[in-house]
Amino acid sequence: MLAGEHGDAAAFAMRLIVAFAESVDAPALLDVSGAHIDGCLYHGQVNLDFVERMVAGGGRVRVPTTLNVGAIDLIHPELIRLSNPEQAPARRLMRAHEELGCIPSFTCAPYQTTFRPAFGQQIAWGESNAIVFANSVIGARTNRYGDFIDLCCALTGRAPAWGLHLDEPRRGQVLFRLTGFPASLAATDSLYVGVGLLVGSAAADRVPVIEGLPPPASEDQLKALGAAAASSGSVALFHAVGITPEAPTLSDAFGGAAPAAVVEIRPADVTDALARLSTVADGTPLTAVCLGTPHFSRAEWERLLPLLPDPGTRRPRVPIYVNTDRATLARLEADERLDTIRERGILVVTDTCTYLTPILERLDGVVMTNSGKWAHYAPGNLGVQVAFGELHDCVASAFEGRIVRVTR
Amino acid sequence: MSRRPVRCYAAGAAEGPALVLAEPLSFWGGIDAATGRVIDRSHPDLGACVSGTILVMPGGRGSSSSSSVLAETLRRGTGPAGIVLATPDPILTVGALVAESLYGIQCPIVVGGIEGIRSGPRLWIEGGWLTTVQPAE
Repeated sequence: MLAGEHGDAAAFAMRLIVAFAESVDAPALLDVSGAHIDGCLYHGQVNLDFVERMVAGGGRVRVPTTLNVGAIDLIHPELIRLSNPEQAPARRLMRAHEELGCIPSFTCAPYQTTFRPAFGQQIAWGESNAIVFANSVIGARTNRYGDFIDLCCALTGRAPAWGLHLDEPRRGQVLFRLTGFPASLAATDSLYVGVGLLVGSAAADRVPVIEGLPPPASEDQLKALGAAAASSGSVALFHAVGITPEAPTLSDAFGGAAPAAVVEIRPADVTDALARLSTVADGTPLTAVCLGTPHFSRAEWERLLPLLPDPGTRRPRVPIYVNTDRATLARLEADERLDTIRERGILVVTDTCTYLTPILERLDGVVMTNSGKWAHYAPGNLGVQVAFGELHDCVASAFEGRIVRVTR
Repeated sequence: MSRRPVRCYAAGAAEGPALVLAEPLSFWGGIDAATGRVIDRSHPDLGACVSGTILVMPGGRGSSSSSSVLAETLRRGTGPAGIVLATPDPILTVGALVAESLYGIQCPIVVGGIEGIRSGPRLWIEGGWLTTVQPAE
């Protein structure tokens, strides 16, 4: 492939993979059977030049390849507050990836819709929440790929044989033990976000094992945990004892070895970690509510809709934005749920995410979210103030127009 | 003039004043591609400018988007002339190789011992050697 018998693009991609492999001391390459590309978000001219070079060189992905979000909602372009000249390169970047044969999924949660890898499957994935979900919740195998190299893996079907592709580096290294929680600990969304934040900031580059989590109410809670851990830190794989597939027992999680370190997580730690996400006090007026980071699954929609009053009765006082993916949108439409959703004042966003690109009407106010990831990144990316809360708190607050907490 | 052997991860020859960072730096969120300045508020070298320097640091850090940011600084001419690391960094290596392939701009990345190097004196990277052209006084 290096010699160019598969075309210029494949040869270029293979050169980069070999250089990457040398940098990580990988002795060989291995086959991957899926890829997820985090290259559709426009950072600068170099991103577009790179993909155009691959298109011009006859590049074609060799494995099923999904795409992460771009900067434009191609289905609802009216939501994007960028001028046409500003949108042009961002749009072209998304389209150019399609010309390479990538599936236009434009979602950070492909694992819940378009392409869900199997346990043990070797894949090359980009985007931090997708990586941690694939490794941890499914037991598929990928390193943290991104920027250029994820696309190179897709164009060649190969990846360096190192790190989380192999058995040994997947074993747990540091134990996070939930201590002092009530025996009947409720599986609230907040608990998973809080634990994720704590694990991410303390794990550094070690594989964390979490002991004492209650069984999650849904895989969306593990999605939220992973997204938070990959925001506050760079976690690519976690094990939750008795929950995730490579950790039926504590001993399995550590491969029979002893933890290199033990960190206790107490109720007050979780409360503090969540409190630090909010930059304003309860009662503060809101300008918007943002849900769906990572992209809202069908199950999350089914939780949201019963929380909303009937249309024609009350409308939310501030916009409720929900990021979701095309496949879920299509299913909602097929089930004739979409009109109901819009009638209740929900703004549906696809292909992108409200913390990445100018969508919100106002960036000078306070936004409430149920996402640890949104709360972590939005103040830096957008300049907004942020409040974190449970899904039902976010909905109640949107109708009140200020931050309220509902006792349930 | 003193020289030390280094291992080359991205090819090229370069010369420039040494800029030694006390801690690893993530180019993404850490460097403004328009100016080449360090913008990471938590980094001890906040405000330093990497443009045209031989950037010396213990390693890379953080987001894989650092590949894009390094390549973008090289495209704009705000990037370092070369990079010396104590440990290899695949993210920066890929960024340098992309800039070379797309724009013909080389930014050699070498790995070797960095102890004793200080900011200011000119460094020269070529052929597996890192040479201090103008030794410290």
